[in-house]
Amino acid sequence: MNSVIKVHNLCKTFGGIEAVKDVSFEVETGQMLALIGPNGAGKSTCFNMLMGQLPATSGEVFLGEENLHGLTPRDIWRRGVGRTFQITATYPSMTVVENVQMALMSYHRRLFKVFCYAHKQYRPQAMELLALVGMENQADRHCAILAYGDLKRLELAIALSNAPKLLLMDEPTAGMAPKERIKLMQLTGEIVKQRQISVLFTEHDMDVVFAHAHKIMVLNRGQLIASGSVEQIRNDAKVQEVYLGGGSLYAIEEQTHA
Amino acid sequence: MLELNTINSYYGKAHILHDVSFKVSAGEVVALLGRNGAGKTTTFKSIMQLLKPHTGSINFLGQEISHLPAHTVAKMGLGYVPEERRIFTDLTVLENLEVGRQPARQGIQPWTFDALFELFPNLHERRNNRGRELSGGEQQMLTIARTLMGNPKLLLLDEPSEGIAPVIVEQMATTITQLKQQGVTVVLSEQNLHFARLVADRAIIIESGEKKFDQSFAQLDAEPEVRDAYLSV
Repeated sequence: MNSVIKVHNLCKTFGGIEAVKDVSFEVETGQMLALIGPNGAGKSTCFNMLMGQLPATSGEVFLGEENLHGLTPRDIWRRGVGRTFQITATYPSMTVVENVQMALMSYHRRLFKVFCYAHKQYRPQAMELLALVGMENQADRHCAILAYGDLKRLELAIALSNAPKLLLMDEPTAGMAPKERIKLMQLTGEIVKQRQISVLFTEHDMDVVFAHAHKIMVLNRGQLIASGSVEQIRNDAKVQEVYLGGGSLYAIEEQTHA
Repeated sequence: MLELNTINSYYGKAHILHDVSFKVSAGEVVALLGRNGAGKTTTFKSIMQLLKPHTGSINFLGQEISHLPAHTVAKMGLGYVPEERRIFTDLTVLENLEVGRQPARQGIQPWTFDALFELFPNLHERRNNRGRELSGGEQQMLTIARTLMGNPKLLLLDEPSEGIAPVIVEQMATTITQLKQQGVTVVLSEQNLHFARLVADRAIIIESGEKKFDQSFAQLDAEPEVRDAYLSV
């Protein structure tokens, strides 16, 4: 299996505190990889380093064969690393399709072209992305009035506008109702399969992680303490101690399947 | 202890809460359930008087509070933990906690730093870090801990488990049960049904600003059509 991204010995120190210590992993093509761990373990710091928002203290990140060291977040985005945020970031006064068009224009460097009508740019491509996430019927509604679950799907469409090889999703289902969570992750799973992209996501809802991750990595105090299949992680005593707890907060039925 | 009587709340001209009424007795833990945008947070804001209901009355500890400003309501022993983390980013964890301190109240064991650190070990480790240096989940813990420093008689928790590691959520469930034993009343809004079931005695379901259900979890389990219609579980 090909690796989309390879991370070697990534470290980040904030004024004497080692937030991330010697983290190495690879994400394979078509894989949904979950990064879980206690609050403050360094998950967001890892994401920020992969995306170029934070410079690593040491260590390297390779996208394919290219070392991402020193590249700006924008350059990294152009090379095919996308990101969705814990708190949705869309333009509320624009329509759904316009939000996607904006993202496409930005990717194609048309954002600051004068003498062209923005609303005519990339509309078919935008509609195609909306169809992919099942939002084509709501294309001309304003973002401000969308239901939260729909906003999340729109955000996914926007994140796909740069045709990413790797998508980083930071708590994608935060604030959603249980059924909506499953729907969003199923949709993500289908897109991953169809487009052969990879997803690295953080999440605190173990129902979501256990149902949708192909592989799980556990970060604790900046270090990877475990990595493996859903079943391995579920039954790892150390992971239970520092993160999962006694199991009263996720569906028990799945434990018997596993 | 708390009684809402046909309250109607608006954001500008938008009518959000429609004739919402419910009672919470002393020592009870009640879960407010419902989808995004159903009106859970608006209910909390209305109780706290951060959003004044246009009509209806709210009674807390036998006193009508719907004409009082929010800070007076807070001083009466109503603690509110909003969903968005409102910590002081330039203050340390200890300073943030100190800001929330209120005098001890009769019948409630006063909270100390040690008791809070036992509940949230992360905060002990970060006690001298500034608010902005905390992770999202740690900020959530700090908001809850700071509100507890006010020794509330009634605690309103808006989606407390969101973004928190399962092992800490379990501890939180234990704490809520302990709070209950100490006589603190808790109303929490939740999307995590596992957690709500673990701690709450009763479920109130809100949908489109109207109360749709107000009974025990056992009754909720007996009526799957209610769950399917309003909770999207």
